[in-house]
Parts: sequence; structure tokens; C-alpha cells
Amino acid sequence: MTHPPSGGSQTLRTPDPVSGHAGVPAQRRTTWAAQTRRLRDVATTEPGRLQIIGAVLALLVVAFGAVTTLEISQRASSADDVVSRSQPLSADAADIYRFLADADTTAASGFLAGAQEPEDVQEQYRKDIEEAARLLVKASGSTDSDSASSREIATLNKLLPVYTGLIERARANNRQGLPLGGAYLRYANQKMTGEMLPAAERLYAAETGRLESDSADARQWPLWSVGAGIVVLGALVWMQRRTYRRTNRVLNHGLLVATAAASVVVLWLAVGHVVARVELRSAMVHGQASLDVLNDARISSLKARANENLTLVARGAVLTPDGSADQYEADYSTGMKSLKAQLTKAGRLADDESGSAPVARAADGVAQWQVRHREARATDDRGDYDGALKQIIGTEESTGQSFQQVDAALEKALAHEQGEFTAAAKDGRGALRGLPTGAAALAVLGAVAVIVGVNRRLSEYR
Amino acid sequence: MSRSKDRPGGGGLRGWGGVTGMAVACAVTAAVTLLPLAHHGGGTAGSGASGGVVTADRARAEACTEPEASLPASGADGPSVDRIKERGKLIAGVDQNSFRWGYRNPESGDLEGFDIDLVRAIAEDLLGDPDAVIFRAIPTNQRIAALENDRVDVVVRTMTINCKRLEQVSFSTAYFQAGQQVLAPKDSAITGYDSSLKGRRVCSAEGSTAYEALEEKSFGALYKDDFDGTERDPDLLTVPNQLDCLVRLQLGEVDAIVTDNALAAGQAAQDPAVELKGKAPFTTEFYGVATKKDADDLVARVNKVLVDYRAGGKDSPWMRSYEKWLATGLPGITAPPAPKYRTD
Repeated sequence: MTHPPSGGSQTLRTPDPVSGHAGVPAQRRTTWAAQTRRLRDVATTEPGRLQIIGAVLALLVVAFGAVTTLEISQRASSADDVVSRSQPLSADAADIYRFLADADTTAASGFLAGAQEPEDVQEQYRKDIEEAARLLVKASGSTDSDSASSREIATLNKLLPVYTGLIERARANNRQGLPLGGAYLRYANQKMTGEMLPAAERLYAAETGRLESDSADARQWPLWSVGAGIVVLGALVWMQRRTYRRTNRVLNHGLLVATAAASVVVLWLAVGHVVARVELRSAMVHGQASLDVLNDARISSLKARANENLTLVARGAVLTPDGSADQYEADYSTGMKSLKAQLTKAGRLADDESGSAPVARAADGVAQWQVRHREARATDDRGDYDGALKQIIGTEESTGQSFQQVDAALEKALAHEQGEFTAAAKDGRGALRGLPTGAAALAVLGAVAVIVGVNRRLSEYR
Repeated sequence: MSRSKDRPGGGGLRGWGGVTGMAVACAVTAAVTLLPLAHHGGGTAGSGASGGVVTADRARAEACTEPEASLPASGADGPSVDRIKERGKLIAGVDQNSFRWGYRNPESGDLEGFDIDLVRAIAEDLLGDPDAVIFRAIPTNQRIAALENDRVDVVVRTMTINCKRLEQVSFSTAYFQAGQQVLAPKDSAITGYDSSLKGRRVCSAEGSTAYEALEEKSFGALYKDDFDGTERDPDLLTVPNQLDCLVRLQLGEVDAIVTDNALAAGQAAQDPAVELKGKAPFTTEFYGVATKKDADDLVARVNKVLVDYRAGGKDSPWMRSYEKWLATGLPGITAPPAPKYRTD
């Protein structure tokens, strides 16, 4: 009342020490002390206090908006990475892995068919190699050059032509009826299973790890925003209580609007992020976990099939290190064992009928495959090579047919789980949409409302 | 050990006495069981081989002066022959990757070669049908185990007769004379099994005579893989099958191969850019039909088959099979090796 409000606001407008002391460093200490004293003088009067409180409140609201916008933008961009970047990359890595394993399996099947490979088998091998090469280029385009993924991609890029070269040599020798062809094919398989598939597996693991970390980033609680929201709401309530006590007036429209705006932001923040968390988590738990197991299962079935074929190609030329059993037959058995375990796990993870039906079909196929495999082995052990060949690569009631059934069922299950993942992850990403912009706009609105509300009070002192 | 038995037997001994007894028992048990393990850990291939050498040396000193001498030929039946006749099929362990010896022609899907002809001759004599055979492709290092486990009746798989193997299996009379020889690219500086191998990478099949020869004298050649016999074995210098050596050679991963000249000829037939080095094999070896140890009736019977097989001069089944499969890769042989029989 004793000080004109304009003088008070002038003081408030020059809290920046630089503007007051530029060029007079010698007087800095005394000027700074003078400023503080003046501020203290101002703070002893009610309008002065009001001005200070109003400015602080407005700043708090703006800061809340800024923190929320920043933090949620980060969450939203992580969620966007999950949907549009890391999950597709993980799926691509799984495809690279699968195309390579399929190429190896197909090459062995074609080899067993004789000097003239069936056209469709040749075509499938060609497609496998082409797709693997294309996806490797694509993956390397979105990978940092010094990351683990990049090293695996480099390894695969280096080995792929070596592998295809070995296969071509195997074919050329096989076509001439030379037994050297079989030796080349086994060497190619050794390169594939010993060096390339492990690299592809590591690539898949790295890409999936990135997906998991992106998803975890998106799901992280926005603690700064929530904390700021609580502080702002508390400050606004305190200010309104203070006003009420001094003026007995219940409502200050400006402060009310600011409180409403801050409450909307806090609510939106909480609900939006909880929904996003739930959806992203569901994408990981229901989608990605199933995808992981199903991808593993598909690779296991491909490897088991390649080993089954190679048992006929090698016919005991390669033994387990202890010399007790055929290496390829032993590898087949190990592969089938993990395949069965993975299918059991996939069946447990499948959470609806359309997810579990193809997994059950794959399990049936595996059971049938094993029965037929035992029959084929018995035929081979009796010395009937041609009979065993028919039971393994024939077009009727062969283990090859069982394998195809398993593969088709797994492909279907994978497509279903991929759909589940994408839908949930997109919902999660959608839950955060508009929140950063909305928080910013509401914060500005709130800050303006605070200033308007405080000015209304100030005008009462004029 | 005896202490540990006495203590609990004493009945009354408890507390520290019992504990000491247990400790002694544990220490003794550990020493007894762990010592051989520690010994074994020195090298899976090495320790096994050295043990074999000791006994083989003794056997050689005692009895094995002429390993290729076999039991006299006889057509009499016995338990081994009866078993085959009851089954109606002869189970023969063969190779399917040895060109011209035993290999599966990818064109026809059939096994064919010099060894296969001989198997059919044995089946015809035993069972009256050259096709009454179950062929089992077995790898080099499974030849003996396959016989010991009764997985096959006979092994006809370019198997060299030697004293060490005679301790584990029985052999027929020799049906082929061969020898170890070095195979290398035609323009290679390697001249044979000599100092030109120094520092070169030389490939051989795991557990083969060639590998043993290299172990005995390698001329400074590199012929062992790291981690041989383990999961991490890279299969580069020692490989599961002799043909795998030609793959490594063609890819430039090894410089030379040591194998039987008979098999080397089969490899050279698949790759015109390689040739046998050195004037003659640096060993003399005889291939025999192997049976389970002490299957004397079967050995005598196979020897009888071989007598007939060799008979007939230029028109003998032996010479016809040679002309068909081997003459191009291994020319100059005019007659089968003469059989030698044991006199004891």
C-alpha cells in the first residue's frame, strides 16, 4: 500500500544481476547487496509478495509443462522406436537367421534328390540366399558401425559368399557323379552351423536386446513429471488457501483455471502413461516372448531337418567326438528335443485359440515327424538306402512332409504373434500421442492464468 | 583303504577318530580315482595311442611278425557264418566316399567300386546271392568299433592289415597291396614324403594309417588341429574322411594330403590338377577283409572266397574288377597279391 505497485514490479523485473552491473565490476558486491536489500524491502509488502509468488507460480507451471513435454517425448519416441524400428529390426534378424538355416536345409534336400535338383528346391534355395543378403544390407543400414550387431552383420556378409561357393562346388561335383560333392556339402553345412548360424543368432539376440531396452525406456515411470505435477498442484492449492485467508474470497478465477490445467496434465500424464505401459508390456509379454520362442522353434526344426538330410548325405562319415554315434543323427535328436521343449513353452505362452491352434498343429507334426524318422532310420539301417531316401525326401508320407507341416504351422503362429505384438505396441504408442503438445499448451495456459489471477489481486492494491 | 574299513568295523570309534578315518578314506579314494584322470587329461588321442603302442610292441615281439598272414582257407561253417546264413543277409561295413573303391554314385544312388565287388562275391559264396548284402557306410575311425559292436559282419573298406589292429580284429588274406603316398597339386614344390613337407599343412583322416605315419615322422609338417577330438575341433588338418582332405586342398586350406595311394588315385580321378608325389609309396600295406576278432570260421571262409576271386589269371574276377575300377587311376598292376597263411 505504501509502495506503488509499478515500483515493485520494476524491482522484480530486474533480478538479473548482469543487466544492473555490466561494466561496473568494482561495484558488483555493493550493488548486489543493494539489490537483495531492495528485494527484501519489496517482500515485506503484500503486493510485493504477491508479485514474487505469482512469478514463482507461473514459472513452476511452465517448468512442469516443460518437464512433462520433455519426459513424455522421450517415452513416446522410445515407444515409437519399439513399433517402427527395433521390433522390425529384431524380426528382420530372425528372418536372416531363418533364411540362412532354410538355405542349408534346402541345399541338402536338393543334393539328396540327385544330379538334377528339382526346380522348386533350387528356386527356394535361391530365394533364401537373396532374402538373407537383402536383409543383411537393410540391417547394416540401420546399425551403428561399431556395435555388436554390426560385427555380426560383417561376419555374415563375409561368410555368405563363402557358403554359396561351397554349395556351388558341391552341386558341380554332384552333377558329375563325383563323391567329392557330398564332402563339399558337409563342409558347407559345417560353415553354416559352426559359424554363420551362431553369428545370426547373436545378431538376433542383439537386436532383440535393443527392442527390450527401447520398450523398457518407454515404460519407465515419468517421475520428474509426476513430481513436478504434485509440487505445482500443491503450490496452487497453498496460494488459493492464502488468498482465501486474506480476502475471504473463495474463488480466484485465474488460479482456478491454472489448477484445472495442471490437474488435467497430471491426470492425462498418469492415465496415458499407465495405458502405454500396460500395452507395451503386453506387447512384450504376449507378443515378443512368444515370437522369441517360436523363432527358436522354427530354427530348431530347420536345423533338425538339415541334420536329417545330412545323415543320408554323410552316411556315417562324421561321428560325435567320442566316436560312439553319427554326428548328424545325434544333432538331429538334440534339435528335435529342443524343438519339442520350445513348442511346449510356446503353447503355454499362447493366450488365445488362434495362437495356440497352430502351435498344437506344429506339435502334432513333430510327433509324426519323429515316428516317420524312426521308420526311415530303420530302413536305412537295414541297408535300404533308396527306401530311406523316399521316406525322408519323398512327396508322400515322408519326414519332409511332416517338416513342411511343422514349418507352415510355425509360420502361421509367428504371423499371429507378430500381429498381437504390433497391435499392442501401437496402442501403447497411441496412448502417449498428443500428450507432449497437450502438456505444453496446458502449461502455458496455466501460467497465463496464474499471472492473470495474481494481477487481479494486485489491482486491488492500486 | 584298509584303515577306512577297519574304523567303522571297530564300532566304538566316534568323534575325531571317525572323522580322521573318513578323511583318510576320502583322500585315498580321491588319489586312486583322480590319478588316472589326471594322467588321461594329458591328451585324449596321445594317452590312448601310447597305451596301445606298448601292448602292440609286446604283441609284435611275441607273435606279430607277418600280419598279413591269415588262417588257411576253408569252406566249413561256424558260429559266425551260421549267423549270417540265418539272417539271410551279409552286413558289410563299406565306404561311400572312396571313388572307385566304395562310393555311392549320385546318378544311380548305388554303391559301387572295387571293395563293393568283393563284398558281393563274399555274399554270393555265403548266401548264393550277390545282392544279399546290407551295406553300412562307416567312417574310418569306426571300422573297428563297428565290428566289436556287431554292427557289421565284415569291413571291406580299404582297411590296412597291421599288428596293432590285429589285436582288436581278425583279417583275411591280403586282397590288395597299397602304400601311403603324398598327394599334392601338380605344380606344388612338394616332392613326396620328405623334407619338402617342412612347414606345409598336411591333411589326413582321423585315426588313419596316414595320421599314424605323420605322428611317427612328420618332416616338420603341420598335421594336427588345435582341439582335435573335442567339440571345437576345426576339422582342418585331420578330417573325418580322407575325401574331406581333397575339399580342403582344393580350397587352399591345406598344401598336401597323405593317404593310401589307392585312395589317392581315387581322389586324383576326381581332380585332374592333383597328382601322387614321390616315385613309390613310402610304406607297403595290404588291404584285408576285417572281421570281429576270433571269428575264425568267417575269416577262413572269406579266404576261400579270395582264393576263387584271385584264380583265373587275366580273367579272374579280381583282375576284371581291377580293370573296371582301378586301372585308370592306378595302372600297372598285373596280378593280385599272393596270399600268405599262418603256419602256427
